[in-house]
Amino acid sequence: MKIIRIDKTDWDSGLKKSADHYRLVGPTQEKDFFLYKPLKPGKAPDMSFSNTRLSAKGTIYPQSHTLFTYSLDPDQKDHHLLIEPENENPPTAVIGIRPCDAAAFVQVRRNFDAPDYQDPYWLNAYENTVLVGLACDQPGPACFCTSTGGGPYDGTALDLLLADNDNHYLAQVVSDKGAAFIEKAGWAGEVETDAAMQIFQARKAAAEDKIRSTVDTDHLADAGTMALYDAPFWEDVAFACINCGTCTFLCPTCWCFDIQDETHGMSGQRLRIWDSCMFPLFTRHGTGHNPRGEKVQRVRQRFMHKLKYYVDKYEAGVQCVGCGRCVLQCPVNIDIRKVCELMNNAGKQPVTCTA
Amino acid sequence: MQNPYLPYPVRIDNIVTETEDKNLKTFKFVFENPEDEEKFDFSAGQFAELSVTGKGEIPIGIASSPTEKGFVMFTVNKVGLVSSHLHTMKEGDIMGIRGPLGNPYPWDTLEGKNIVIIGGGFAFTTLRASILYILAHRDRFGDITVIYGARTPGMLLYRDELAAWEKRDDIQMHITVDGTDDPDWKYHVGFVPTITEQKAPPGDENTYAIICGPPIMIKFTQPALDKSGYRHENIIMSLENRMKCGIGMCGRCNVGRHFVCKDGPVFTLSQLERMPKEY
Repeated sequence: MKIIRIDKTDWDSGLKKSADHYRLVGPTQEKDFFLYKPLKPGKAPDMSFSNTRLSAKGTIYPQSHTLFTYSLDPDQKDHHLLIEPENENPPTAVIGIRPCDAAAFVQVRRNFDAPDYQDPYWLNAYENTVLVGLACDQPGPACFCTSTGGGPYDGTALDLLLADNDNHYLAQVVSDKGAAFIEKAGWAGEVETDAAMQIFQARKAAAEDKIRSTVDTDHLADAGTMALYDAPFWEDVAFACINCGTCTFLCPTCWCFDIQDETHGMSGQRLRIWDSCMFPLFTRHGTGHNPRGEKVQRVRQRFMHKLKYYVDKYEAGVQCVGCGRCVLQCPVNIDIRKVCELMNNAGKQPVTCTA
Repeated sequence: MQNPYLPYPVRIDNIVTETEDKNLKTFKFVFENPEDEEKFDFSAGQFAELSVTGKGEIPIGIASSPTEKGFVMFTVNKVGLVSSHLHTMKEGDIMGIRGPLGNPYPWDTLEGKNIVIIGGGFAFTTLRASILYILAHRDRFGDITVIYGARTPGMLLYRDELAAWEKRDDIQMHITVDGTDDPDWKYHVGFVPTITEQKAPPGDENTYAIICGPPIMIKFTQPALDKSGYRHENIIMSLENRMKCGIGMCGRCNVGRHFVCKDGPVFTLSQLERMPKEY
């Protein structure tokens, strides 16, 4: 793999050059936390962040997005017809995305890029986005990405993987998209791969060593769906939950959405908006009947979806990248690592006592 | 890339008020672009999203049969925002249809089999489509029995067609109402489960039941079918859940790992017995 050295003195100027070809999005400090936001011309991403408060999912899948526009004015041509927006996805570069958030796109893609239906909005945005990832040297206290198939130096879901090596970045060129970005930025300092990979390996080992929590997921697939569904622990898990939905909005792998028409006067738009399985209205029928009307049913749905239904459906692991955001931000300290442990243990064969 | 969220434009061609409470109307739609009718290639049991511009979309079973050409038909109960607005719309108005969505009843499996169709209330729409489809290919199927009930005679859907089917000898009709004070009522009085117990043919490997109705009817019909010896693999049901996308992406209609919209809405009872009861 090609590895490029980017001296930090060349970083800002390279980004500036790339901005002629890409819309740049990067970590930006807001109060005491960071978010991925479009970078105004000349503004550099703040690479001093640990991880952002919200995941990077909104860079491809905005929280609110216009699917169609329409006119209700009978004098207008095509009134009451839904009009697709013009191609609205200029080439975009997400600077400093963490490997966990990039891995989430791979997981979420399975939902939006199914064999029978493809979501053009998500896929066009994803295809027009280059992920300029920043390896993680200071994993957070709730991080467990190495338990979900990733790692702080895992570049597989990225286009470029940057390691912060003091006065320069070392950039692994993972994909053609990444190579094109490097070229547009004018960074050309190719270094000898073996030596650079050794640096990556050493930094990777140091970073992984800082990850304190691990979660076992090896028995989730074996567990019976109904046995897990009927497991005795859900009341306990859900007891403190206030159904605020914070976990689903922060989560890089939660993709559920609502579709709403919003009309102003005689014109309007059909919007797609993030939704949450934590909300009773998510599933309430027109009759008032609600298949997940109880809090415990909604909490169970969230964990069963991520740790069982998804596991069985795609046979590609859990629907979680171990970013730890839901663990850190849950107002009542519900911890997906503990829930996963309960579920995984339930999947183990019962120990037969022969005493 | 085809945009699966984009409805086909349609014009409301005809509106019929079906029931005495005026809460159910049948809409016939004609495609604005004739080639869209070709693309909207469906089988009985599938549904579509009716798109009312400015209000939203609702998933509704297709009530017309694929053997009926030139229009598609839906019977809509007035319940929420979209369906209430739809009830105020007029012939000639423009709206949209997105689909067909979901799986039809398993017509390949059903070929050569005896079928008992059991419906209650306004959940008779895809059953009407199925009956018309069966009658158009009558030699492909064995004995056909229909048990259909509503609260009162005035709450039955498609009354003219029911009367016409009554007169045929290649389909056994058992129409029933919960109660009536109409002295001229010449069909059954009694709940659907009771009539099922009396009139459904005995269950065997070659006999299938298709059930569509309110939860309470389904709950009590199942024991009746059990008594008659129906295998749970041969009991076919159509589920409903709140939906938005209709294509398995928005995440709300799931029952376990299955989406009612994309993996259903048709399931056998034996499948449902291995799934959470989240519908």
